[in-house]
Amino acid sequence: MDGTTLVIGLAGVLATASPIVVATIGETFAERAGVINLSVNGTILLSAMGSFVVALNTGSLFLGFLAGAFVGAVVALIVAFGSITLRQSQVAIGFVLTLFCRDLAYFLGNPFMGEKGPMLPVRPIPLLEDIPILGTMFFKQDVMTYFSFVLIVVAWWWIFRTRPGLVLRAVGERPEAAFARGARVSVVRYVYTTLGGALVGLAGPMFSLGVKAGWKGTISGLDGLGWIVLAIVIFGAWNPVRGALGAYLFGLLQWLSVVLQPHLQSIPSQVLQVAPFPLMILTLLFVNVGNAEWVERVLAALPEPVRRVVAKAIRALRVVQPRSLGIPFERD
Amino acid sequence: MEVRLTDIRKHFGPVRANDGITLTVAAGTIQGILGENGAGKSTLMKILSGFQPADSGIIELDGRLVRMRSPADAIRHGVGMLHQDPLDFPPMKVVDNLLIGAPGRIVPRRREAAEAVAALAASFGLALDLKAEVGSLTVGERQQLELIRLLWLGARVLILDEPTTGISADQRGELFDTLRRLAAQGKTVLFVSHKLEEVQELCMRVAVLRQGRLVGEALPPFRVDNLVNMMFEREVSLGDRYACAPGKTVLRLSGLGAEHGRIRFEGLNLEVKEGETIGLAGMEGSGQSLLLQTCAGLAPPISGRVQLVGADLTGKTYRQFKRRGVAYVPATRLEEGLIPGLSLAEHFLLTEKKSGIFINKERGRRIADERIAQFNIKGTPANTVESLSGGNQQRALLALVKPGSKLLLLEQPTRGLDVESVIYLWSKLKERCRGREAIIFTSSDLDELLRYSDRILVFFAGRISGPFQAASTTVEELGHLIGGGSASDGTGPCVAVDGAAVGGAGTDVAGTPVAGGLYD
Repeated sequence: MDGTTLVIGLAGVLATASPIVVATIGETFAERAGVINLSVNGTILLSAMGSFVVALNTGSLFLGFLAGAFVGAVVALIVAFGSITLRQSQVAIGFVLTLFCRDLAYFLGNPFMGEKGPMLPVRPIPLLEDIPILGTMFFKQDVMTYFSFVLIVVAWWWIFRTRPGLVLRAVGERPEAAFARGARVSVVRYVYTTLGGALVGLAGPMFSLGVKAGWKGTISGLDGLGWIVLAIVIFGAWNPVRGALGAYLFGLLQWLSVVLQPHLQSIPSQVLQVAPFPLMILTLLFVNVGNAEWVERVLAALPEPVRRVVAKAIRALRVVQPRSLGIPFERD
Repeated sequence: MEVRLTDIRKHFGPVRANDGITLTVAAGTIQGILGENGAGKSTLMKILSGFQPADSGIIELDGRLVRMRSPADAIRHGVGMLHQDPLDFPPMKVVDNLLIGAPGRIVPRRREAAEAVAALAASFGLALDLKAEVGSLTVGERQQLELIRLLWLGARVLILDEPTTGISADQRGELFDTLRRLAAQGKTVLFVSHKLEEVQELCMRVAVLRQGRLVGEALPPFRVDNLVNMMFEREVSLGDRYACAPGKTVLRLSGLGAEHGRIRFEGLNLEVKEGETIGLAGMEGSGQSLLLQTCAGLAPPISGRVQLVGADLTGKTYRQFKRRGVAYVPATRLEEGLIPGLSLAEHFLLTEKKSGIFINKERGRRIADERIAQFNIKGTPANTVESLSGGNQQRALLALVKPGSKLLLLEQPTRGLDVESVIYLWSKLKERCRGREAIIFTSSDLDELLRYSDRILVFFAGRISGPFQAASTTVEELGHLIGGGSASDGTGPCVAVDGAAVGGAGTDVAGTPVAGGLYD
């Protein structure tokens, strides 16, 4: 593989991972507010199908993406209503919704299978695209990939640098204390769950009108990605930047499984295709290794200076979830 | 600001938590609100601070009728409440924690806010580390942080709910100085407590609540027996000091060191005998809890050995410690000790020997009835633990520890309990000492440490001094040691027991050897 192929390949990784980045950040918003929206997988499929059909019939990419975001927001609103207003189990609602949306997508999308629809064009950015290596990687992409880059930065800034972001974190961490500080806990949770759902909904058209253009029903290759998104949110420690890195890591693993296939003839191609999924689980285990008791025991046995450095590194990697995640808030 | 409460009523089901309370507190007053656990103090304060609406009644501030719909509403009216467990955000930076709920622009000016708060804190002689994470602070520091935050938001009425629970004597002194200064500025302080000596020391007026009613008010000089009579409607006696006759060695620590976060100690040698009670004194977060956890097998030691009745348990797991008769009772009752949602009967069943896979409800009820009577718990076997009052939760927790352990490790066993509950709890604990069980406990109450311990270890910034004989140590000496003084320049000589007990030099947080108290 020569240098150019590598750069183009990496640019491809950034593009194919961009829907996962956007969905991860969407789910991060919802979970930061304390709501687990488990419907991600179904939402992505339904919005991919829905937006494809809308774009196909109207000829408008914009309306297609709008439809995707709308689908995501509506599904998320159901989760929010069920868990915040009705105080039902977020896991049960999300799980049922994810199955329902998936089957609905396959059923309603059936007549449109295999049709050729519009596709998001690549829009190189003048001047910037001429920067060696970086130009090809970052500035010869489609609009939504640029959007994903911007979203990473903006989401991080919003959560960690603004006052509403502080309130968001407070609500997810300790809603009773946030309430005492004047936060409207339920409103905050509704807003971010819906917003997060809309972002997850955008991931659908980013596939069906972009990196995996078209609707091919069960062989669209989208089923399962939503679950990976949920894992990446945890890997990312509910931080948009770290979450995006997780999404790119997953995209890289997927790309490698394709690129390496000709060189690894002895391994069945199916193994390589599914390899990224268990590898993500291993990464998750590695990141959280510091939570295990035996690690502390092993650490205690190390010589002092080494122990300090290792302990610090493990602590930095370790992931601590928002404390009220999945727990309904009741004002007593 | 003058606070006037008129005929406040609030009931929970059949329980009348507040049954027509009328109280006026003038501006610039430190008003004590006294009462035993469950007398209705907390409910009244929650109503005043907007956490709970009253069923009926009127709240007036400076003669103006106000309605408190939420705590945020209350602080806008100038009423701020400091909770026993600070309502803050442990994983966040101190600055972020301050900014949550403060009005201002979308992108907060962190530095300006930090400077304003630091200046305000400094004006009260308090030093806040604004870059630290809230979770790394002691309860006392978090409380100071909340206090400053409320003042920064413009609180003119401050409600403090059992503020001295879990903070050191020094921090208590600082807190009281701050409160006096606030009162002098014309702010109104409502000080909720069940500790008579604190109320005596601090308050300008005291209102006593009992069973949801205001039973009387008192002005200084307060007479303890008078206040106790009002609180309990009868006299409560402290009882005599109980000294045990120690027997064989239960626990031997040699050269023990442990570390957790920024807390660290090293080189601890200690022998604990059967029936002995060891008190661990020091500011909260000086390593006392870490020592308890190391003795329970919950934290692995980084050096030294832990031996229990001759067996070396260094590096073994909690289960193995437990099997050999170590019982650990953590300070946070509902988080670590009890299981919210389960009834008393279910708790007792969980700790009993297993017999088959099915729940024997009848047996659970029987055991629960037995223990409820034995430990004088106010509740029924079917009550869930979170529905019990703090004192009764603590009794239930103790009732769960089956008799016949070798070593009881108690973290803040009497935290948040009223006088009567404390006395009762210790009478039960001392019964166990007579049954040859050894006790190691932590407390921030110096009187409790001196009254109930045989020997006391004092923790200061990772250095451990003592053990001192509790019988021949005074409150002043102990307070001096906790503040970092050494025994030799104290007000009088402390008597240390066997010379082999503590190996003198410890190591401070930064790792440089420091003077180790007595034996240098």
